[in-house]
Amino acid sequence: MTLSQDLLPAIVALPVLVPLLGAALTLVFGRRPRLQAMISLSALTTVLVISGLLLYLVDRDGTTAVQVGGWPTPIGITLVVDRLSAGMLLVSAFVLLLVSIYGAGQNISDGDENQPTSIYRPTYLVLTAGVSMAFLAGDLFNLFVGFEILLAASFVLLTVGATEERIRAGIAYVMVSMLSSMIFLIGIGLIYGTTGTLNFAQLALRLDAAPSGASTAGYAVLLVAFGIKAAVFPLSSWLPDSYPTAPAPVTAVFAGLLTKVGVYAIIRTNSLWFPDGTFGNILLVCGLATMVVGILGAIAQTDIRRLLSFTLISHIGYMIFGIGLATVAGLTGAVYYVAHHILVQTALFLVVGLIERQAGSVSLRRIGGLAAASPLLGVLFLVPALNLGGIPPFSGFIGKVALLEAGAEDGSVLAWVLVAGSVITSLLTLYAVARVWSKAFWRPRAEAPEGHLTAAKPPTLVEDSTYVHYEDRTDPGRMPALMVLSTVALVTAGLALTVLAGPTLGFAERAAADLHDPTVYIDAVLGTPEPR
Amino acid sequence: MTANLFLLITIGVLTACGVYLLLERVVSKMLLGILLLSNAVNLLILTMGGPDGQPPILGSAETAHEDTADPLAQAMILTAIVITMGLGAFILALAYRAYMLTTTEDVVNDPEDTHIATRREREDPEQ
Repeated sequence: MTLSQDLLPAIVALPVLVPLLGAALTLVFGRRPRLQAMISLSALTTVLVISGLLLYLVDRDGTTAVQVGGWPTPIGITLVVDRLSAGMLLVSAFVLLLVSIYGAGQNISDGDENQPTSIYRPTYLVLTAGVSMAFLAGDLFNLFVGFEILLAASFVLLTVGATEERIRAGIAYVMVSMLSSMIFLIGIGLIYGTTGTLNFAQLALRLDAAPSGASTAGYAVLLVAFGIKAAVFPLSSWLPDSYPTAPAPVTAVFAGLLTKVGVYAIIRTNSLWFPDGTFGNILLVCGLATMVVGILGAIAQTDIRRLLSFTLISHIGYMIFGIGLATVAGLTGAVYYVAHHILVQTALFLVVGLIERQAGSVSLRRIGGLAAASPLLGVLFLVPALNLGGIPPFSGFIGKVALLEAGAEDGSVLAWVLVAGSVITSLLTLYAVARVWSKAFWRPRAEAPEGHLTAAKPPTLVEDSTYVHYEDRTDPGRMPALMVLSTVALVTAGLALTVLAGPTLGFAERAAADLHDPTVYIDAVLGTPEPR
Repeated sequence: MTANLFLLITIGVLTACGVYLLLERVVSKMLLGILLLSNAVNLLILTMGGPDGQPPILGSAETAHEDTADPLAQAMILTAIVITMGLGAFILALAYRAYMLTTTEDVVNDPEDTHIATRREREDPEQ
């Protein structure tokens, strides 16, 4: 106990500070790529270790709040770690580290000129800091600043290289994100006007006492802002236009993490401020629409990246389903599903990066025969794909069952409709990924309708590649070891979530119990309950 | 808490103009829309700030600070202004780059979306 009391305040801020420091250092050493890579990898490793330590300490001692700068709670900046934020930190640090290794592996062997590393690495670290800050923020404005940090970094990462296509996608993405930030600020203004505070814990008490019209109006505005970030259905159309154009590692990180930050914000605020489920029904309806519309979009696609972007939207619906139920069981399912989905979706996008590198295209009309060409790639795609579709032994199945049970336990008509919708979405997801499998992996390339159009040489290979001159290269060669290893590690992590389903579900349940009872959070932040 | 009617009307007008401009397809007009909207939001936060004389750090009992405005709202506005300015500059850079590449700065439809939407007609021209 004394260890954690001394240790926790010292390390809570580090997941934000270390990447920022790393970003500064990598900027200084912008012309020395190898040193830059070492700095950024060690910064990300440090974040991973600290997140693991935080998770251990928080799981042992419960929610902990730390005052930055020493001002007392409602005035100063509060960082709060509870089981949910520690778990999210750990998973995101793991994903960020592995994707960074993947990107390094790609650059070492391909020398991708569309991805200037001198800018890429510092921005990537800033993104890490923004994500960590959003998870640790104990007040609404810090959450906003965390969002802005990660958004600003994501703008740069999305348009890196500034090709025509990326600029087109980038402008749309930047505009939508700016608009969502404005809506977020309007929400902050309304909430502040209603309650006179922005501290999450204090808000939980004061929103309860405030006139219900004012508090729900303020929160509804915030929910729109979070919904845009999380790509919940009516607000999701920006995502498949913007994500697929970015470089493969960037798309993987965006798909895995950025939407989940929005989902995290919804979980945190909804469970803390409206634990009795004021917004339950609207969340359930939006969750259903997100699931069904998303997966129907996925079925129409021919580009694997876009197809996966649509499944990404669709599966956000599952998490919204869990949040909307506002029960411990529902939140447990949502928390477990977030972890599962981050790992699986990132792994799939990394595999697509490998497919693009090896086959020269990601269009289902142009590629084929990958299973014969590279059985390893086949396995690497198939495992997370089946996992996403929710085939029984995998974590996708466990997460979905947890959510279905929660829905059945709730028992209302809407919950049953959601249960049916989840099952249909799961089947359609399976159909979508099976289509990718049968076309890209099973079918001979000669049978692809536009197979002859595929570039024989993958577009990412450029002149300063180390061993073969680009013009002389007829096939992309073996997959770079670092890219394969990091993908394997992510796929394995997805499987570990299956093998360790007992402990992880237990952890998710403890996290959900903390979330469901706001007094845990409030007491941890404010010390003693504020007199009403 | 009393609100300033003139300020509220200004907020409404700015928001309306901002949204109208944001619905345009030209990037520079959209940027102007974002900037108008951000000014409206900043004024909104200012309006939402607490009444005079209650600086949260000094405590409301301090009569010596009766004229002090709510510093928290101003701090938030300051942060928001800085963020908007930085990102506005980034949008300008994007617009310039888009102009260099395509000699227009319109936001065009996603080609892949158009491709999928017209697929049926292309593959089955008789229908």
